[in-house]
Amino acid sequence: MKVWEGNKKRALRDLFEIDGEPNDSPRAITLRISGDLRKVRMIGANMTDGKIIVKGNVGMRIGEKMSGGEILVEGNVDSWAGCMMTGGRLEVKGSAGDYLGASYRGSRKGMSGGEIVVHGNVGNEAGCFMRGGVIKIFGNSGGFLGVHMSGGEIVVKGNCNEYPGAGMLDGKIVICGLVSSIVPTFTIEDIKETVKVNGEKIMGPFYRFIGDIADHGHGRLYISKNRNLHLKSYERYL
Amino acid sequence: MNLLIKNGLVYDPINGVEGEEMDIAVKNGKIVEKVNERRAKVIDASGMIVMPGGIDIHTHIAGSEVNAGRLLRPEDHFIDFEAKTEVTRSGVGRSVPSTFITGYRYARMGYTMICNPSMPPLEARHTHEELDDTPIVDKATYPLLGDWWFVLEYLEKGLIRECAAHVAWMISATKGYAIKLVNPGGVEAWGFGRNVEDLDDPVPNFGVTPREIIRGLCKVNKMLNMPHTIHVHTNRLGQPGNFTTTLETMETVSDMADERPVIHITHCQFSAFKGDDWSTLRSGAEEISKYVNSHSHVTLDMGQVVFTDTTTMTADGPWQYTLYEISGNKWINHDVETETGSGILPFRYRRKSYVHAVMWSIALELALLIKDPWRIYLTTDHPNGAPFTTYPRIISWLMSQKARERMLEKINRKARKRSLLQDIDREYTFDEIAIITRAGQAKALGLRSKGHLGIGADADIAIYNIDSRTVDPSRDYRKVRRAFKNAAYTIKSGRIVARNGVIVESIFGRTLWVDAVSSLDDETATKVSKDIEKRFREYWTIELENYIIPERYLRFPICIQPRRRSEK
Ligand SMILES: [Zn+2]
Repeated sequence: MKVWEGNKKRALRDLFEIDGEPNDSPRAITLRISGDLRKVRMIGANMTDGKIIVKGNVGMRIGEKMSGGEILVEGNVDSWAGCMMTGGRLEVKGSAGDYLGASYRGSRKGMSGGEIVVHGNVGNEAGCFMRGGVIKIFGNSGGFLGVHMSGGEIVVKGNCNEYPGAGMLDGKIVICGLVSSIVPTFTIEDIKETVKVNGEKIMGPFYRFIGDIADHGHGRLYISKNRNLHLKSYERYL
Repeated sequence: MNLLIKNGLVYDPINGVEGEEMDIAVKNGKIVEKVNERRAKVIDASGMIVMPGGIDIHTHIAGSEVNAGRLLRPEDHFIDFEAKTEVTRSGVGRSVPSTFITGYRYARMGYTMICNPSMPPLEARHTHEELDDTPIVDKATYPLLGDWWFVLEYLEKGLIRECAAHVAWMISATKGYAIKLVNPGGVEAWGFGRNVEDLDDPVPNFGVTPREIIRGLCKVNKMLNMPHTIHVHTNRLGQPGNFTTTLETMETVSDMADERPVIHITHCQFSAFKGDDWSTLRSGAEEISKYVNSHSHVTLDMGQVVFTDTTTMTADGPWQYTLYEISGNKWINHDVETETGSGILPFRYRRKSYVHAVMWSIALELALLIKDPWRIYLTTDHPNGAPFTTYPRIISWLMSQKARERMLEKINRKARKRSLLQDIDREYTFDEIAIITRAGQAKALGLRSKGHLGIGADADIAIYNIDSRTVDPSRDYRKVRRAFKNAAYTIKSGRIVARNGVIVESIFGRTLWVDAVSSLDDETATKVSKDIEKRFREYWTIELENYIIPERYLRFPICIQPRRRSEK
């Protein structure tokens, strides 16, 4: 099997020690990868089935365009993890860089299916141009979460930087922690006690915003009421 | 290095050679009578066709709008990239490739000269830098002059000789090759949020009409005896019902016709729409081709649409705005000071879209209904209709009714029912393909040493691995497609640069420019240059001295000096 090292093609076995038996059915395969993988890109890109378990921190574009199977990372992942994915599951025990589950730069085709779970924090623009699927973040999120998203669900258990959902057309973003600011082109609709994400009930109460009106969007933004006292002034519009 | 290409089936329409088995000898980059076989590299071309190197008369491959297109489309680079090899550099881009990839890909298809058709004069330096960076092929570029304030003012005042002197100065200063008009008057009007409605709608703030601009520059073009005609992107391009404007545009210069054509209508497909709106859109190919068939003063290029994802880019700002309104895609609009404008926007042509399918059909109808292949040339208006890498597919559609029918079956039903292609059984021959992809262009561009394989011509040669004696292109259109995709050999300036789709040597081609000289008396000439100096200080953001591109700035310039015409 050939891989790129810089701009040269190398045999995989020159770079990694490999053991185990090949198997014809991808479903039955579990790949375990370990080592210094911080500069190794595109692990599990385009994967359709089976399982990959990675020990350590990995480079960019892990699980890019994956459509099935499962990737488990026991460490951090760099930017573009799960970008353009259409199915399958990516779980990261550590934190993720920017553009988690996003589209490639310039394209409007973000993640459209599957599930991403990050136990740590994520960088900016997670779920950019997302169309479907679920992103679950247990830590904090950077800015512009779900920018331009048109479908799918994102939930952040921690805090979130500015402007979640900017330019969103549809879909759902739930933030349980503190949000520094809301895009002014969102309107408050009501206050909800609970919200469901991927079948799971999350306790509120939440302010429910609709937007982004500047893009004729009708996305739903759920922001924890109790953690965001600075948004209380919105209540007068209810 | 001397070359001897043996036993090829030679198609050289300019010299009347149609598929004859003969040898071609090359010495010092030129085609010669004969070479010493023992001292030459011999290429066995038996069972292959030999043509002059391909020439593209209209392809957006360099300059500010192309580069802005690159910046706009990282996702286009992402899906298409080439790694560095021993001889080539790396690069990216499917619809807006980087400079190196552009050169390599043209060379792989057997093309050896390409013309960049819309250069804002202010961006000429940048354009030439990119052209210099585009390997292998020869290049030329046309400055945009149809919305240029000076031209509009001179024409308004009826100062045709001064206008000619100014245009001559502009062509030389920007190292351009031909006069380009894009939606004349309309791009200027767009600077004020308007467009022009027809040929007689006056340009806001200027007392001239598009008709006067077209006629004026056509006259100037003749006065300067430019090698090419005026190169016109018509008014109302892309609007349903615009075919009448196109007919009028051709007709308005018919009185200036002489033995040579006087106007080139570029990417004519976009200007051949009938109907009142998008839902009633019809092909105007019949009317356009009827006119062209009965008038000799016009040449055209196709502007073929291929169903694919691409990037549109033109100086026609208002048209790009319309495309934005239709597609909702990301877009760029730009006003280039006093000179011109531009717009860029990604676009996907879909088979199932009625409008797109009609557009696909129109370009082929035009190419098939216009009887004289010397007057219509193969283009996609790269990348507006499709990337240039789709040329082999278009060649197969032209050569095979079956290939066309295959596509017809897949397109929008209403468009299929209305397509004129159902009733056209014409199929291009290899000789005609050689005309619409090289010989015709060479003639239209006034290139004496290109587009043919006669003694003394530049040794720019393409050899395709297809035997025209045994292959029936009508049936085996896939073979045709394959052969034209990767030339067996591409020879540029007598050197083998590509072999079966692999670049084996990367050299740099030349940039052709016209040193246009007007025949003004000294007094008027001084007045014109005083005028330029004064206006530069008033209007431009850069100094006159920095505006003029010295010849030494180009990597390999070739200066063409038109013979002066006697003027009455
Ligand atoms: Zn064009």
